[in-house]
Amino acid sequence: MFTRRSLITAVAATAILAGTSFASAADKMYIPLVSKGFQHQFWQAVKAGADKAAGEFGVEITFEGPDNETMVDRQIDMLAAALAKKPTAIGFAALDSQAAIPLLRQAKEAGIPVIAFDSGVDSDIPLATASTDNVAAAALAADKMAELIGGKGKVAVVAHDQTSRTGIDRRDGFLNQIKAKHPGIEVVTVQYGGGDHLKSTELTKAILTANPDLKGIFGTNEGSAIGVANGVQEMGKKDLTIIGYDSGKAQKEAIRSGLMAGAITQNPVGIGYETVKAALEASKGKSVPAAIDTGFYFYDASNIDNPEIAAVLYD
Amino acid sequence: MTAAHATKRSSIFSHLIDTGAHQKMLAFASLILLLVGFSIASPNFMQVSNMLAILQATSVNGVLAIAATLVIITGGIDLSVGTLMTFCAVIAGVILTKAGLPLPLGLIGAIGAGALCGLISGTLVAKAKIPPFIATLGMMLVLKGLSLVISGTRPIYFNDTPGFDQIARGSLIGEIFPAFPVPNGVLILFIIAGSAAYILSRTVLGRYTFALGSNEEAVRLSGVNTQSWKMGIYALAGGICGVAGILIASRLNSAQPALGLGYELEAIAAVVIGGTSLAGGRGTIMGTLIGALIMAVLTNGLRVLSVAQEWQTVVTGVIIILAVYADMVRKSKTG
Repeated sequence: MFTRRSLITAVAATAILAGTSFASAADKMYIPLVSKGFQHQFWQAVKAGADKAAGEFGVEITFEGPDNETMVDRQIDMLAAALAKKPTAIGFAALDSQAAIPLLRQAKEAGIPVIAFDSGVDSDIPLATASTDNVAAAALAADKMAELIGGKGKVAVVAHDQTSRTGIDRRDGFLNQIKAKHPGIEVVTVQYGGGDHLKSTELTKAILTANPDLKGIFGTNEGSAIGVANGVQEMGKKDLTIIGYDSGKAQKEAIRSGLMAGAITQNPVGIGYETVKAALEASKGKSVPAAIDTGFYFYDASNIDNPEIAAVLYD
Repeated sequence: MTAAHATKRSSIFSHLIDTGAHQKMLAFASLILLLVGFSIASPNFMQVSNMLAILQATSVNGVLAIAATLVIITGGIDLSVGTLMTFCAVIAGVILTKAGLPLPLGLIGAIGAGALCGLISGTLVAKAKIPPFIATLGMMLVLKGLSLVISGTRPIYFNDTPGFDQIARGSLIGEIFPAFPVPNGVLILFIIAGSAAYILSRTVLGRYTFALGSNEEAVRLSGVNTQSWKMGIYALAGGICGVAGILIASRLNSAQPALGLGYELEAIAAVVIGGTSLAGGRGTIMGTLIGALIMAVLTNGLRVLSVAQEWQTVVTGVIIILAVYADMVRKSKTG
């Protein structure tokens, strides 16, 4: 039986070798991106931007991220593997900056430039950060909400997370703007659905049950926004203003159908593109700006098909 | 009575040596094959720093897998190992950072909390007769929730406890052999593995662990208090999860309260690759250790080869199935 097992393993190992030998054959500049996620459409759009830059500048990239945003140690392992490949530069979006510091120091000692992206890295090692100004973007959502509900009434927030930088910034950006600029509006509750569609749906239904006179809900990421739309639909509510965040097929359709009033979109493609571009420039010794604002937009049924907006939306 | 015990013991031992040694050799051969394969495929794979990264990545999953092995040998399953690890890390955070107590108290507190939670799981399984899958599924959720409640849903950092991050990140071996600075976390993994292997093969608790998994009814009828022994094993496994909690907290220099879900499945995968039977009564710590190493080598190797992430997951799944299938085929031929 030993031979059979060895055979199976040998076949597996050969398959691995055959499948990847071309990867090591090319001796191009190599920039791995270690992301906070991988499966969500948002991250795939960041990857698409990185791929675009890779094609344009003739560098090789890889894009990896843990299954969910709690797996801090898995991300550290990914960073370690990326360093082992002796890359030209590294793009990194930290789940927890502190946890990554020993490896970032290692990169610095090896002279590998680090470019932070998305929520950035809380350290002075990264030379630049390519990200959305989430506080300003959520404040824009608050202004749009106020405009749409006529400046007064009750609203709620369904947020994706209370520990991550983006979760905190979007929540506080929205809440602070309401408090500062729109005194007629009361935020009755902030609930956290982990960005999970189903959980956010249930949360929304509970919020609506508790507050039948609610005027609007802000969902802070793709999963939260879709959950809010689902919940409102399941409850059969009509005159409610929903503002979402990011895009994706379901959210775009909800906006086209009028179920959702509109959403903030970041520029994920731009985040990926700018990260690779900055990494390449830093590796050549050029100076890069410390903060690269990749921008954000508010879109609704009226401008969803504008070329400028359509370019940053993803399905 | 003593005679009956003696024959039982010897039969369990011969069984162990018989299948355990074979399985270990098979798993070990697979590990070597993977290492050789990856080394040929990429010049960056076989470097000291990358080997250390693999060992470091094995440490937490390895310790969790050892805890899972003990429970699985009794014919049970522990789904709570991942969130229990997190819970213990949070307890250490509360003791060290929030209460500002000295380091040893934090470590004792974390391991003690682990053992206590294990004891609760064990009581639910042994006394309340709740199936292990359900009892530990419940504990998994309870502990995940409690970790969030106690920490206030925020990570607890250990910056005020000097030396805490050195528990996993530092290297005592590196001070003696600077060329090969094996992280302390790995050292702790091997110490836990050695202790667990000793307990399984040389102590009464170990003998009953196997006996419970082979034929619990027979053990009970021979006058053994099976409930207490089972609770003891779950408590031991819980304490080991506490060690894993300290390791991950030290490595991240923080207790991350949201982490932990999904880690139990990786631990169980390592146990199964290492040849421990989910039906109970059979298994080795050495096998589990090799299983955990195979998982880490595979994940790291595929990354170093720049295999697309979606394919990494597919390959890992296929390897788990092949490993267990090969073991089953071998068993059906010999047995």
